[in-house]
Amino acid sequence: MNTAITTPPAAPTASRVTRLREQLALRADSLPTLAALLIFALMLLYGEFSYGRIFQLSTLSNLLINNAHLVIIAVGLTFVIISGGIDLSVGAIIALSSVSGVMLANAGWNAGLVMLVMVLIGSGIGLASGILVQYFDVQPFIATLAMMFLGRGLASMLSTVPVRLDESSGILALGTKIKIIDGPKVNDLVITPGVLIAVAVVIIAFVILHRTRTGRTVYAIGGSEQSAALMGLSVARTKLFIYLASGTLAGIAAVVYTARLGSAQNITGIGWELDAIAAAVIGGTLLTGGFGYVLGSVVGALVLGLMNVLITRDGGIPPEATTIITGAILLVFVLLQRAVISRQRE
Amino acid sequence: MPTSPIVEMKDISISFPGVKALDRVNFRLFPGEVHALMGENGAGKSTLIKALTGVYTIDEGTVIVSGRSRRLGGTADAQAAGISTVYQEVNLCTNLSIGENVMLGYEVRGPFGINWAATHRRASQMLQKVGLGALNPRLPLSSLSIALQQLVAISRATVTDSKVLILDEPTSSLDANEVEDLFRVIRALRDEGVAILFVSHFLDQIYEISDRLTVLRNGVFQGEFMTTEIEQSELISTMVGKEVGALDSLERASARRDVDRGTPVYEARGISRKGSLEPTDATFHAGEVLGIAGLLGSGRTELARLVYGADKLESGTVRLRGAEANISSPSQALEARIAYASENRRDEGIIRDLSVRENLILAVQAERGWARPLPAQEKTALVEKYMTALNVRPADPDRPIRNLSGGNQQKVLLGRWLATQPEVLILDEPTRGIDVGAKTEIMEQVIALAEDGVAIVFISSELDEVVRLSDRIMVMKDRRKLAELVVDETVTSDSIITTIADESAPEQPGSTQTAGTGAGS
Amino acid sequence: MSTHSTHRPSALRELIRRPYFWGVIAIALLLLINSIKDPGYLAVSYNSASGNLVGNLIDILRAAAPIAMISVGMCLVIATAGIDLSVGSVMAVAGAVAMEFLASAGGSPTAALGALGLALLLGAALGAVNAVLVSVVGLQPFISTLVLMLAGRGLAKVITGGQNTAASNDTFRWLANGYVFGIPVVFLLAVAIVILVGLLVRRSALGLMIEAIGMDPRAARLAGVNRRGLLFAVYIASGTLAAVAGVFASASVMTVDVSNTGYQLEMDAILAVVIGGTSLAGGKFNITGAAIGALLIATLDKTVVFLGISSSATPAFKAIVIIALCLLQSERIRAMFRARRSRPSDISSDTPKEAVAA
Repeated sequence: MNTAITTPPAAPTASRVTRLREQLALRADSLPTLAALLIFALMLLYGEFSYGRIFQLSTLSNLLINNAHLVIIAVGLTFVIISGGIDLSVGAIIALSSVSGVMLANAGWNAGLVMLVMVLIGSGIGLASGILVQYFDVQPFIATLAMMFLGRGLASMLSTVPVRLDESSGILALGTKIKIIDGPKVNDLVITPGVLIAVAVVIIAFVILHRTRTGRTVYAIGGSEQSAALMGLSVARTKLFIYLASGTLAGIAAVVYTARLGSAQNITGIGWELDAIAAAVIGGTLLTGGFGYVLGSVVGALVLGLMNVLITRDGGIPPEATTIITGAILLVFVLLQRAVISRQRE
Repeated sequence: MPTSPIVEMKDISISFPGVKALDRVNFRLFPGEVHALMGENGAGKSTLIKALTGVYTIDEGTVIVSGRSRRLGGTADAQAAGISTVYQEVNLCTNLSIGENVMLGYEVRGPFGINWAATHRRASQMLQKVGLGALNPRLPLSSLSIALQQLVAISRATVTDSKVLILDEPTSSLDANEVEDLFRVIRALRDEGVAILFVSHFLDQIYEISDRLTVLRNGVFQGEFMTTEIEQSELISTMVGKEVGALDSLERASARRDVDRGTPVYEARGISRKGSLEPTDATFHAGEVLGIAGLLGSGRTELARLVYGADKLESGTVRLRGAEANISSPSQALEARIAYASENRRDEGIIRDLSVRENLILAVQAERGWARPLPAQEKTALVEKYMTALNVRPADPDRPIRNLSGGNQQKVLLGRWLATQPEVLILDEPTRGIDVGAKTEIMEQVIALAEDGVAIVFISSELDEVVRLSDRIMVMKDRRKLAELVVDETVTSDSIITTIADESAPEQPGSTQTAGTGAGS
Repeated sequence: MSTHSTHRPSALRELIRRPYFWGVIAIALLLLINSIKDPGYLAVSYNSASGNLVGNLIDILRAAAPIAMISVGMCLVIATAGIDLSVGSVMAVAGAVAMEFLASAGGSPTAALGALGLALLLGAALGAVNAVLVSVVGLQPFISTLVLMLAGRGLAKVITGGQNTAASNDTFRWLANGYVFGIPVVFLLAVAIVILVGLLVRRSALGLMIEAIGMDPRAARLAGVNRRGLLFAVYIASGTLAAVAGVFASASVMTVDVSNTGYQLEMDAILAVVIGGTSLAGGKFNITGAAIGALLIATLDKTVVFLGISSSATPAFKAIVIIALCLLQSERIRAMFRARRSRPSDISSDTPKEAVAA
């Protein structure tokens, strides 16, 4: 037990050591997130010195643009995982949502309406998972596995070949590149509305998790669902909200991704749920629930994205080793978290 | 004292499959008093509390809170009625900060959502009330000891402005100073007019803090007393009771035979574990029944778990049949022919979904290893043997054990341990919560086993049982051994009660029981 | 362990209570649908030229073999309240190492044996890695096996250098495509392995121990059950069985597709186990049920194709199966049924817990 704190807190004259310890205790659960940030920085540095042209506006812009969708679903999974659950359906939601979106748009639907439908498809599936989990006691793993199969299967029924969005479609507007800083040659700082959406999602999610009672209930459920219920918190409503949010965010990610690519396919997003889980875990979210940061997951998603960039740049690393590296990074972070937790418990 | 009670429970009955947990129990609680709820394990204390907090629904009876009859359908209902509970295993979220645990659901909100600065400030004010004003509310709850978490939980109860505060065994893991701090808080709340329901197994604490007490035994109301008007020995006998009928058929062990106390089968010197057992010696002899007398929390179960390797020893030495030994896991204990039947039959004894047969052979099979299954014939013979010998009803080995009554579950578990042919058999509360018939049968078995040369360690809150069965009795209190008596005519349940009650442990500073002498640091 | 002594009419009820009863019904239903579309669907003919049985049913049995292998392993892992997400990747690794070995070692039967041994060994080793992470390091089974799921597929690609290595070896090929007495070897092997595993866990005390730690780790520990050893056993078994599945899958085409061999098959296996009546929460398990679940999945796969629906739409039908099963098993729905016919069944009707394999 931590002697610095268990002693009766009568003495206000905290020495510098105890104050340092307090600071550490305050920050202990954010240690994995800080580590992720550190690794991200090291990867940037390594890339810059080994391959060059990493610290460039264009490279960094592309990193954001290419990973905006991953950031969005990672945020959704952060909610789910903090509450102690899991959502395997996000990748399949993106497939279903983007394929049906492109088909509706090509059928002449209004772009705004199409995008709304795309998001609502995600919400619907998320809500279904939530109902299965909360009211029928289905384990999150199985409930969202069912939704994953459902989404993937429905997407395949719609089309098994890539469907292209009309060049004139309004959805593509979300993927247009907007120059913010006009650098030399092609070295510009560029963003897309998709990136802005991702940023907005991150900010809103951050506010919900840290500044609302619903958000705090998410953490409380992850800490102990039983305690949360005994404290009189609205556990059922919050759990529905969590899966609804995750599904909705997957729908938004589908819009962003489709807008960037201009096409969709039934096999889009296979395995993305695992990428998103990995991003959340790397970013310091505990798979057992209770701890986690939205911003950490953003870093985690960027770590994964940057890893791909570095592997491409290197050329020497066989692309087949990518998943090994992802696995290794994941393992390292999980072990790190475990070490931090066991130290806290001492 | 105000005349009308704030909580009044009348003729409350609750049944679970196979057991009547509460049988027309009455209970009342006045504002501005500390009311202790007393009784041994299985007496129905926690059931009564859960009825009052809406966790269980009552089958019969009425609950009146603040003059209104209520149907409490859940924690939220109870909180709305002004009832807050601090459970023994603190129900807070260790992943969140101290301040947040106090304020969860009641955070101070501003235009940008929760205003953390204001919330923590308010949390600090609330913590001030329980003497924790100096704590940084932003620290994680997990950085606090259980004692302080307990106080945080109480502080949370004050946020909700409760008129009734239920404290379920809040002191079971606290040391003397911590208990004193807790009591200071309780008194302050009482003086503000809060009605406090207090559950503890420590008698001295009850006498120190409570104004009134209600005693339950086996789900039945035994009486309500003013604390100042009841002697400790009278209270203990009201709690433990004397079921004379069940024991009449058994001769007293001391009258039966002499025990050869040569080289003990098992001998422990100074075994201890922080927070559960002070350094203690124990010797078990073949053919002897060693009774351990002591209330819950006295260290009786803790001793048994250390002997069995269920918990790790922190100091002390163990000798088996004269040779030094090291037992650090249950499987090693079984190999050394030591068996332990846990007091927690439901969570640590039976495996609910397995059949009677499977439960019975589990330990034997575990000891043989998976690769050497008991041959079908042997299995059948074994199961038949113990089901007949112990008279397990219904005599159907394929029935899931969860469908059996408590007494029959206990017999199956006894069979499980007997099947391992132990030389030391520790029975922790083997007769708790089971009917009189099964009780007698189990005790007859114990005697028969001792006559066969097994060293029996018999732990029970029913002192009459201990006295009747034992050749020797170890009296425990405050996680240490008080006395060891060879049983003769002078040893009776009353004399043991006196030993426990009189021993206010003056020679042991720092124990929980000395709290009354005022450790005013 | 037979309990046939009770009265006759309960035989049907006993069948209904089998956890995999609904799985059998679903298979029958699918076959019925296929027969309606083509009345000759169920016909199994005898190819007089080769002496082999041919027909849709034979195809289904053949397709079910690899799924049954990983389902049986998964069943054991889930019984301990764990999960093994890595089986699909382990299949790819086993296929890759076998193909690479055969590509260099040639077409002799010895080479086939070597490839088989190597694949199984590697599968067992990867299972052991999972076991270490779960039981020694103490990580959650989900994340431990997720790591290997990601890394395993990469490992397969590294083994083959990213190629889809092909090889030719008649003995190895025979494993998946050969016939004995007109019946596909792969099916016979799968049945033999299911029976073997079933007998192993039920005739030894392994099954009881696994259920004990899955149901109640605390009580099991106090009864002297060695959890760590058992976890090693089940994860190694799961890895080895996944390697067998990988051998089946690669031998049938004598190529390993490092990206697609076993891809997402872990989900099918989990589904098969759940269909077979084993709860994801651990405890009581049913090997026969898992095999029937695998058969149902194979039947479903074939049916979807037969009905002319794109095979990539199969998951939607699997989803319907899962949701229906979950709802049938949920307390809420059961309570609704119970309320409807509340009177006749007053005393608790606990299913007889006999789960002997085969």
